[in-house]
Amino acid sequence: MSTDIQAAPGGTVQQQEPVHSQRRLPRFAPLGLYLAGIAVGAGLSALTGFSVTSTVIYGVILGTLAVYVASRAVEGRRKATDRLVTCLVTTAFGIAMIPLVSLVWTVLDNGLARFDGAFFSNSMYRVVGEGGGAYHAIIGTLVITALASVISVPIGLLTAIYLVEYGSGRLKKSITFFVDVMTGIPSIVAGLFAFALFTLLFGNDFRAGVMGAVALSVLMIPVVVRSCEEVLKLVPNELREASYALGVPKWRTVVKVVLPTAIAGLGTGITLSVARVIGETAPLLITVGLITGTNLNPFDGRMATLPVFAYYQLTQPGTATQAFVDRAWTAALALIIFVMALNILARLISRFFAPKTGR
Amino acid sequence: MTATKAPTEPPSTARPVRRPGDRIFAGSAKGSGIFILLVLAGVAAFLISEAIPALTAPSEDIPGGEGLATYIGPLILGTLLGAVLALLIATPLAVGIALFITYYAPRRIAAVLGYVIDLLAAIPSVVYGFWGLAVMAPTLVPFHLWAADNLGFIPFFAGPASTSGRTMFTVGLVLAVMILPIISAIAREVFSQAPALHREAALALGATRWEMIKMAVLPYGKSGVIAGAMLGLGRALGETMAVAIILSGGAGATVNLISNSNPSTIASNIALNFPEATGLGVNTLIASGLVLFLITLAVNMLARYIVNRRADFSGAN
Repeated sequence: MSTDIQAAPGGTVQQQEPVHSQRRLPRFAPLGLYLAGIAVGAGLSALTGFSVTSTVIYGVILGTLAVYVASRAVEGRRKATDRLVTCLVTTAFGIAMIPLVSLVWTVLDNGLARFDGAFFSNSMYRVVGEGGGAYHAIIGTLVITALASVISVPIGLLTAIYLVEYGSGRLKKSITFFVDVMTGIPSIVAGLFAFALFTLLFGNDFRAGVMGAVALSVLMIPVVVRSCEEVLKLVPNELREASYALGVPKWRTVVKVVLPTAIAGLGTGITLSVARVIGETAPLLITVGLITGTNLNPFDGRMATLPVFAYYQLTQPGTATQAFVDRAWTAALALIIFVMALNILARLISRFFAPKTGR
Repeated sequence: MTATKAPTEPPSTARPVRRPGDRIFAGSAKGSGIFILLVLAGVAAFLISEAIPALTAPSEDIPGGEGLATYIGPLILGTLLGAVLALLIATPLAVGIALFITYYAPRRIAAVLGYVIDLLAAIPSVVYGFWGLAVMAPTLVPFHLWAADNLGFIPFFAGPASTSGRTMFTVGLVLAVMILPIISAIAREVFSQAPALHREAALALGATRWEMIKMAVLPYGKSGVIAGAMLGLGRALGETMAVAIILSGGAGATVNLISNSNPSTIASNIALNFPEATGLGVNTLIASGLVLFLITLAVNMLARYIVNRRADFSGAN
């Protein structure tokens, strides 16, 4: 290593492994080589019956190889390894894009068939074949999710306030730890918990929307706590101290100073936590089940929800199979639209309610 | 908001006056925190109380007729098989994605790319199930046939190959897609926290970008990646709907990934059988749910322990 420090500026004299090689590939050569590799891959794929999958596989391998070999020949081993890793990392990202694009495309392609007014205004009451819709399921999803939010948001927000403003010592540590652990509870276990709870309280045959809401709350509370905690931590301490200095009691400081300052982040976090649970299927499947009509009372009787509706339409189609499958895909599309709308809403909240810091 | 203490007192004792409002507010905040701990304890307690009838029942009354262990054993195997497969596929990809977003992508679009990856996490699992059944399973059939012909000597690919593609292998791939955003989100975070001084020092010594990452970023982010992988594993273990829709399960214990007879997973078995179960069948399913709860709890606690231990000495907060 030490010998070629002087030699380096002068150009490549006979040496095995220059620390800094003067020779480089032209700027767009790697990209060109990569594309050439893909073109050869397409040709290779055409020889064995053309398909997009094999083109991509052959192309990526050949392209990466071409870049590596060319760089190795011109620029040396270290630079070549660097280029190889660049190719691999970029390929990893590209691979991750494939399922996302494919999924969105598939759902749009299949879901638009029944994406009409009837789907959003009719229920499945006395519908056995074509027609019908998911009105009852959409209403059920909204009712149960709203109920879950009513349970989760106060508990989650108060816990976050405790952790940031009041908590100390072992209780704070254990709450933080177990909230983190709770985010990993499988959704089906939350459903079983709600089932076991209400079975013990009200007997074996009790079914109501509130069971689903309790199950969703178990999943939602830790998400609310985590996101609210992160946001409350961002509120500058100077604001609290200024408030105390004016003689404001602690609880009024929290309510009047800390929460309004953090309102944008809190709104975003809560909206995202709603988005997290609105698509949950398993806990609702085993607690609330499915009916064909509209039930607005979450404290009595089964309710239909959109994810469970989609699941049963696909897995237990009646005689007119295609009508059921179409409804299932449209329900999936509606579900994705709900989730995406909530995500966008969360972004808008954080943009429009951001505190005016004046800085 | 009446008069505070006289300003002559030393600041160390100048505590805010405790009013009823204060006490109520602090009490309800603390109560909520304790309530969460009670909920977690309650989940365990109610599951145990409903599982006891199945634990104490004579073995011939358990569905299948051969006792609880024989019933749950293959389900545990199936759960682990699918989740570990997903983990093996997702972890390297997630590390690659995280590196791409933090150190390779142009600065201006990196945030957008991160958001796009996060969208994968927002898609409901039932939709993944639909997609897996409609797209992934048929797409993977040629691979199943190829693997049965060429890799048949490995027990995992013993065959005979499924012609529907509704196999544990497909499930593993779909689960991998589902846990990809979780692992890459955490990996991204720790990679971006790698000390700038270390990175710049490496570059200043003439390291290429990969050498810089190898020397400064990966050692720093290793425990974060492990923890993220564990969290992803926890998610994959408990995933229900996608597995229930895609897998044609129910056969006994086998590690064959590509045939039509696969062991079911705990979660999907509950989802498929719970709506029609009665009597002791319900208790048996809840007992299997308890096993799943304990497994995921252990995995998550281990992951959080690793994350927290790292946070203690990283200086990041």
